[in-house]
Amino acid sequence: MIKLGVVYLLLGLVFAAYAGLSALDRNNPKRFGNAAFWGLVAASFLAGDRLGDLGNGVLVVGLALIAGLGQLGRGRPATTSPEERKVLAARFGEKLFVPALALPVVLVFGLVVLKPLHIAGQPLMDPKQAPLVCLALAAVVAVGLALILLRQPLISPLQEGRRLIDTVGWAALLPQTLAALGAVFALAGVGKVIGDLVTHWLPMDTRAAAVAVYCLGMAGFTMIMGNAFAAFPVLTAGVALPILIRRFGGDPAAVAAIGMLSGFCGTLMTPLAANFNLVPPALLELPDRYAVIKAQVPTALLMLLANMVLMYVLAFPR
Amino acid sequence: MLTLLGVAVVVVGFAARFNPLLVVVAAAMVTGLAAGLAPLAVLGALGKGFNDNRLVTVALLVYPLVGVAERAGLQERARTLIGRFRNASPGPLLVGYMAFRQITAAVGLISIAGQAQTVRPLVAPMAESAAEMRLGELSDETRHAIRAQAAATDNIGVFFGEDIFLAFGSVLLMVGVLASSGVTLDPLRLSMWAIPTAVVAFVIHGARLMLFDRALRRRATGIAE
Repeated sequence: MIKLGVVYLLLGLVFAAYAGLSALDRNNPKRFGNAAFWGLVAASFLAGDRLGDLGNGVLVVGLALIAGLGQLGRGRPATTSPEERKVLAARFGEKLFVPALALPVVLVFGLVVLKPLHIAGQPLMDPKQAPLVCLALAAVVAVGLALILLRQPLISPLQEGRRLIDTVGWAALLPQTLAALGAVFALAGVGKVIGDLVTHWLPMDTRAAAVAVYCLGMAGFTMIMGNAFAAFPVLTAGVALPILIRRFGGDPAAVAAIGMLSGFCGTLMTPLAANFNLVPPALLELPDRYAVIKAQVPTALLMLLANMVLMYVLAFPR
Repeated sequence: MLTLLGVAVVVVGFAARFNPLLVVVAAAMVTGLAAGLAPLAVLGALGKGFNDNRLVTVALLVYPLVGVAERAGLQERARTLIGRFRNASPGPLLVGYMAFRQITAAVGLISIAGQAQTVRPLVAPMAESAAEMRLGELSDETRHAIRAQAAATDNIGVFFGEDIFLAFGSVLLMVGVLASSGVTLDPLRLSMWAIPTAVVAFVIHGARLMLFDRALRRRATGIAE
C-alpha cells in the first residue's frame, strides 16, 4: 500500500537537492544560510519520525533562527532570459500548456482509476492519503513530460524549483509551523478559554443576536487560530447546539454549514492562514506581504454579513 | 486568561512585521509556559505538531514543474494566448476563473489549480496582459494590484466551492462534531446548505472584480487626459 511516507521521502530528497545546490550557488551571498534552511527541511521529511519530539522542536527553532536573523538569501540559478523565453514560447506554441494540463489530468486519473485499485486484497494506496499521493504522482509525471516535450536540461526541475522556493523563502514553511502552533494552542486549552469568553459575555437572548454571535465568533476565532477547523468544535458546542439548535429550533445542517462558511470568511482575513494569504504574495513577488489579504477583506466582510442573513432567514423553518 | 498571552504575541508580532517563523516559536513558548508546562515540554509539543503536519507542505512538490515550464516560456505563451481575444479584460477573465474554481472544487478537484500551479504561471500573467492590451503600459502599482486580485480570486473560489463536496474535510468534521453531541447529520444536506453561500460569493466577488476592472480603466484614462 502506498502511503504518505513515499511522498515524504520524495520531498525530502528534493529539499536535500535544494540544499546542496544552494551551497554551490556563488551568486547568493547567503548561500550557506539557504543550504542550512532547506537542509533542515530535508531532515524533517527524511528523518522526522526518528528525531523525536524534542529533536523536531529544536529543528523548528533552527528554521526560525535562520529566517529571523536574516540568513536566508535568494539563490540565482542559471535560467533563461526574458528574451530567450519569448523565442521559446513562439517555438513551442501550445505545446507549453501540455505539462501544466498533465498535472490535473494525472491527478484526476489517480483519484478515479488508481485509488480504488486493489492488489492482492490490499488497496493500492491509503484511501485517506490518496489526494496527496496522487498530487505527488501527477507532479512527477508532469515534470517528466515537460523535460521530454520542452527539451529542458535534466537538472532544471531542481534548479527551477529552487528558484521558486527561494522566491517564497521562509513563507514556504510557515503553514506547517502555524499548524504546529495550533497543536500547542490546543494543548494549552486556548480554544476553550476563548469559547468560554464568547458564551459567557455576549448576549444571546434573541435569535438575531445568537446568529450574529455564532457567525462573527466563527470568523473572529478563525482569524486568531488560523483555520476554521479549530474554531468549529468550540463554538458549535458553546453557541450553535445549545442556543441556535435546541432553544431556537434551527436546522442543524443549515446552522453548521453556514457557520463553517462564516469561519472561512475569517480565513480570508488572517495572516495565520499563511498558505492562502502569505505564500501567494511571495510567489507573485508583491512588495506588500499583506496585499492578498487586503484584496480579500471587502469580499470577506460582505460574505460574513450575507452568511448571517442567510442563516437567519433559511435555518429556522418555522 | 494567561493562556491568551500567546495569542497577543501572535497579533503584535504579525502587526509589527517581525519574521513570522520567530513570532510563531515565541507564541508557542509563551502559550505553553503560561499554561504551566515545562520549557522542554513546550518545545517537544511544538516539534510533534510540526512533524505531524508535514502533509501541509506536500503541495510544494509542484514547484519544479512550474519552474521548468516557466523556463521554457509558459508565462510568455499565456500572455500571447490571451492576446488573441481582442475583448479580453482582467475583470471578466477573473470572473471566469472563479467560476471554474468554484465548480471544480465543488466536485472535489481542489488541487487541479492553485496559487503555484495556475495563478503564478497562467492566471496572473493573462490578467496583466489583458490589462496591457486595453490600457497600454502598466505601472508597477497596477501590476501588483492585478496580481493580488488574481490570488484573492483563487482563494475565494476554492473556499466557497469546496464545502459543496461531500468528502471534503470540513464536511466530515461537521458530521463528527455534531455526532459527538448526539445530532445525526446527513453529509448531503450539509453540502446542499453550502450552495446558497457559494452563489452569493460568486455574485459579490464577481461584482467586485467588475468594479476593479472599471477602476483600472478610469485610472488609465485619467492618466491619458
